[in-house]
Amino acid sequence: MSSKYDVLVIGGGNAALCAAISARRGGASVLVLEGAPKFYRGGNTRHTRNMRCAHDAATEILTGPYTEDEFWEDLLRVTGGQTDEVLARHMIRESKDILNWIVEQGVRWQPSLGGTLSLGRTNSFFLGGGRAMLNALYLTAEKLGVDVEYDAEVTDLVIEDGMFLAARLKRPIKGETEIRATSLIAAAGGFEANIEWLKQYWGDAADNFLIRGTPYNRGSILKMLLDKGVQEVGDPTQCHAVAIDARAPKFDGGIITRHDSVVFGIVVNKHAQRFYDEGEDIWPKRYAIWGRLVAAQPDQIAYIIFDSTVVTSFMPTLFPPIAGQTVAELAGKLELDPAALDKTITEFNAAVRPGTFDHTILDDCVTEGITPQKTHWARKIETPPYLAYPVRPGITFTYLGTRVTKEARMLMAEGKPSANMFAAGEIMAGNVLGKGYAAGMGMTIGSVFGRIAGREAARHAKN
Amino acid sequence: MHGTQILDEADRLMTVCNSCRYCEGLCAVFPAMEMRRAFSDGDLNYLANLCHSCGACYVDCQFSPPHEFNVNVPKTLAVARAESYAAYAWPQALSGAFARNGLVISIVAALSMAVFILGFAALNDRSVLLGVHTGPGAFYKLMPHNAMAALFSAAFLYAILALVMSVRAFWRDIGTPIGGRADGGSIFQAIRDAGELRYLHGGGVGCYNEDDKPNDRRKLYHHLTFYGFLLCFAATSVATLYHYLWGREAPYPWWDLPVVLGTLGGIGLIVGPIGLFIAKSRRAPELLDEQRYGMDVGFIAMLFLTGLTGMLLLLLRETGAMGPLLALHLGAVFALFITMPYGKFVHGIYRFAALVRYAQERRSEAGS
Repeated sequence: MSSKYDVLVIGGGNAALCAAISARRGGASVLVLEGAPKFYRGGNTRHTRNMRCAHDAATEILTGPYTEDEFWEDLLRVTGGQTDEVLARHMIRESKDILNWIVEQGVRWQPSLGGTLSLGRTNSFFLGGGRAMLNALYLTAEKLGVDVEYDAEVTDLVIEDGMFLAARLKRPIKGETEIRATSLIAAAGGFEANIEWLKQYWGDAADNFLIRGTPYNRGSILKMLLDKGVQEVGDPTQCHAVAIDARAPKFDGGIITRHDSVVFGIVVNKHAQRFYDEGEDIWPKRYAIWGRLVAAQPDQIAYIIFDSTVVTSFMPTLFPPIAGQTVAELAGKLELDPAALDKTITEFNAAVRPGTFDHTILDDCVTEGITPQKTHWARKIETPPYLAYPVRPGITFTYLGTRVTKEARMLMAEGKPSANMFAAGEIMAGNVLGKGYAAGMGMTIGSVFGRIAGREAARHAKN
Repeated sequence: MHGTQILDEADRLMTVCNSCRYCEGLCAVFPAMEMRRAFSDGDLNYLANLCHSCGACYVDCQFSPPHEFNVNVPKTLAVARAESYAAYAWPQALSGAFARNGLVISIVAALSMAVFILGFAALNDRSVLLGVHTGPGAFYKLMPHNAMAALFSAAFLYAILALVMSVRAFWRDIGTPIGGRADGGSIFQAIRDAGELRYLHGGGVGCYNEDDKPNDRRKLYHHLTFYGFLLCFAATSVATLYHYLWGREAPYPWWDLPVVLGTLGGIGLIVGPIGLFIAKSRRAPELLDEQRYGMDVGFIAMLFLTGLTGMLLLLLRETGAMGPLLALHLGAVFALFITMPYGKFVHGIYRFAALVRYAQERRSEAGS
């Protein structure tokens, strides 16, 4: 058969491209199969903007050092210890070199974006964002002679005894419906866009979830691998979710549908009741909890309510706030019970204690005598127009994945390493990130393990 | 709501972009956008003229078509920019010249050249028109120097007046206090930014043209054209000084400063516009304002014609073709001057003003 490659990469995002480039630089012939059309190539990478890498000194774009230990402590904190220390420390060590390696692949850095100063020391931002990063990686891959196919959906994997043999295709490529390769790198992401799969854990609530990335993140490769005996890792029921504007499109609204105004007001559910402390924690840690909180509310909808005094305190939003000159008018527009909303706001305002407002620290503006309490940044909502953003859970990624070794080699269910199957990116992120998230970590996992997987896959193929 | 559809669309896009900001490192447009939360007509016209149309933000955007957010900043700002030229044109009665600009420029150019040819023919004997003239004052055997100087000074001064009035309207509309002046530092910064085409670079890798592989060809051709134009202008200025200060009359020998400057400039004005024209015809249509094709090509053609007739005149000035070629060259230059305020030429003026404004904003932001 003519079309046998040394390395087959399934997926088309950061991890897949780093793997393809690394394998090609290792001397292997490489084919990349991206299931999405060209415009939507790259899965969640399209919507990313930065990467978290350890570094011992400030750089042109990073304001100070971020040591391996500090990175490890951050990872430990966000995951609550649900991480594989050997793998995680290995990744953190390798991340140092990625800062330079990724530039050699054509990606350009810039200092942290406006409104993200808190990440200026730890995270390197892609000049032009995630799609610019992808464009650079694709150009480099193609220049090196990596073959890339779009709309290339894989329908089945032929795996025997932990050994990858071939991938079957929905549409023929160069006349073939089956591609054989000496090594496989699975870098095809999670299943966050697969509503039916999400429903297994979330029930009908998943129908009200909005998916922040493309509709192509269906997890079909992950499912095939797990069905064929690869060991799983990560909690299958969990996904990373943030609160995003309820008016966002079902798929691919990306970063611009997010809201970060929770701390400036209150959040109520469809019964106009508050349900959680809006002032619990500082950005970006608080950012990730609200998706899950809203998912637990009836009809998976909530409303951030604030007043005209804070409008310029947060980044401008894609969708304008819904406004009312009175609480009743606002309630009417939101289709909430006006009396209930009025009662909630009145009680909240009465509970607000005097304090010195400062949204950059955990300040002393608190409420007393109401449940839930607002423990920071509590100020009265009393200056019309009254404003609101409707929000729903926006699903970013899932945690379920394939277990891998330090060489990014998949482990089979019985604990034996696969002979020729490697994984990188979101599809194996659960090894490092059992739960939680810290900005830029997904890209670190993708680039580091992509590069390793490519190197190891090429080494296997060339032996 | 804004005055026009395109400004409404530009407002929609800037609202999308302001909630994303991934492109802020690519050029000046996005940092300028981030200094605002709402956009007046003037703000949008300012951003439109700040855009150099490198195309990077389109290729890098996760929301560009076919995404339903349909974000196409280069094209939208290109249309807004072109409409702003007409909106600020002085006198307003002539703003219609922008509507079918290619046609207007061609007619003016053709008329101008025809009038010079016919005028030369009517005022000179056939033997003089087609005769061989050499040595100082040769050109003025066909058209007296004072007549030439008066005519071109008038055309040039009119162009300056119209441009000043237009850019004044723009300057006010983009929010500079009336009577407010640009400081020297901002002007110097803008001269540097314009001189090196700092923002025609796709954030460092080059412009996006026919595909997703960036390169610097448009920048190179623009440099050839712009600096060619400046050199030609310098040649004319030096020659004017020669004439009035030292009484030295054109034509000058090939090694003399006006001819050297003019020759170098002329080469730039021939090669540059050809390159720009080819780049334009190959550029991905989704990045282009096709409606303004005539305006863009009209201006490129005028520069090319000026360069070409000038170079031919230099090469053939000692033959019988000198007379007709001089007429053609003067016709081309005259047409170039009088159409300056009503064609693509103005892009440089408005963009420069926008760059000054941007430099001011950056300085006041850094100072605050």
